[in-house]
Amino acid sequence: MGPLIPDFISPEWNNIIAIVLGIAFGYVLESAGFSSSRKLVGVFYGYDFAVLRVFFTAAITASIGLLFMDYFGWVNMAALDGLPARVYPIIVGGIIMGLGFVTGGFCPGTCVTAIGIGKLDGYVFFGGIMIGVFVFSEMFPLLENFYNKSNLGDVSVPQYFNISPYWFMVGVSVIAIVAFYVTLQIRKRIKKVEY
Amino acid sequence: MKINPDKQHVYWNPYFAGFLMGIILLLTFYLTGRGLGASGAAKAIVTQTVHTVAPTHTENNTYYAEQFKGGKTPISNWLVFEVIGIVIGAFISGSLSGRAFFRVQHSPKITSRRRLWFALLGGALFGFGAQFAKGCTSGAALSGMAVLSLGGFIAMLSIFGGAYLFAYFFRKLWI
Repeated sequence: MGPLIPDFISPEWNNIIAIVLGIAFGYVLESAGFSSSRKLVGVFYGYDFAVLRVFFTAAITASIGLLFMDYFGWVNMAALDGLPARVYPIIVGGIIMGLGFVTGGFCPGTCVTAIGIGKLDGYVFFGGIMIGVFVFSEMFPLLENFYNKSNLGDVSVPQYFNISPYWFMVGVSVIAIVAFYVTLQIRKRIKKVEY
Repeated sequence: MKINPDKQHVYWNPYFAGFLMGIILLLTFYLTGRGLGASGAAKAIVTQTVHTVAPTHTENNTYYAEQFKGGKTPISNWLVFEVIGIVIGAFISGSLSGRAFFRVQHSPKITSRRRLWFALLGGALFGFGAQFAKGCTSGAALSGMAVLSLGGFIAMLSIFGGAYLFAYFFRKLWI
């Protein structure tokens, strides 16, 4: 039963596996066009919805796959690393990240792919991330109370709303397909941007 | 090798790319029990640097100190290796399509100096915001959503919601 580390694969392999998975992730991100800030922000101005399509397809593929593996007993989905639901800090942090997205044009993962193909704006963005992390860390004593606030723990959406995870995934997939169709119609009506 | 310049802006079909990315994410969870990420690597570099310059300072700050718990060194974090992999993978893909060379990419309506200042500002905001959420678009939103985490869905909605909220004010940077 997964995860294979540490029971089936020795933890010494962990960092090598990290590099290999990183190479695969970086290759796909770059091939999808995510090293281009102008392509990425297209989703916010309606001229390119690649971010929405790639992101939703990836999340849905992974979670349906995990639900199957959980069902067959290959992995215990509840034991995997989730994101602790610290509701208000995530909302505040998310909105700040959204502002960073439309000003900087990247998110941390995509800026790393831009670094890989020599985009200087990607290098500068990464420098910015380090400044942001440094400022937060130095301010932490002031932010600590808020940071630990409203923590619901590592709870899943189906658990929280007490619904079946399978029906939840059906719902998410339907929403994604509708979003894919609607954005296709929007893009047809919006002036093309060359980038 | 002669590279066809027309290929430069031809990218994969987004659903195909998304499907492959989903499989990679699935494999990551199956192998390691954790998801993919990116901003955590920047955090590791910052913490290690601060620790080298001022070791007592990192010991007194709980946010830094937490990363040293159990004798760990932040810089040997899983995400640092994974991010090195992303750079290599992106370089391979970009080289094969003739996209790997040094330049600043920006809208023709703005200067590259302006683009770089906003990239710095955006990066700083992203790095700052990611600490609240304990992750960025890949670590919090994508990986969180893959395991159906409530936190992951909230992160995704607030990142994209926040971006749509402010997009209008920065439209001149892009279109």
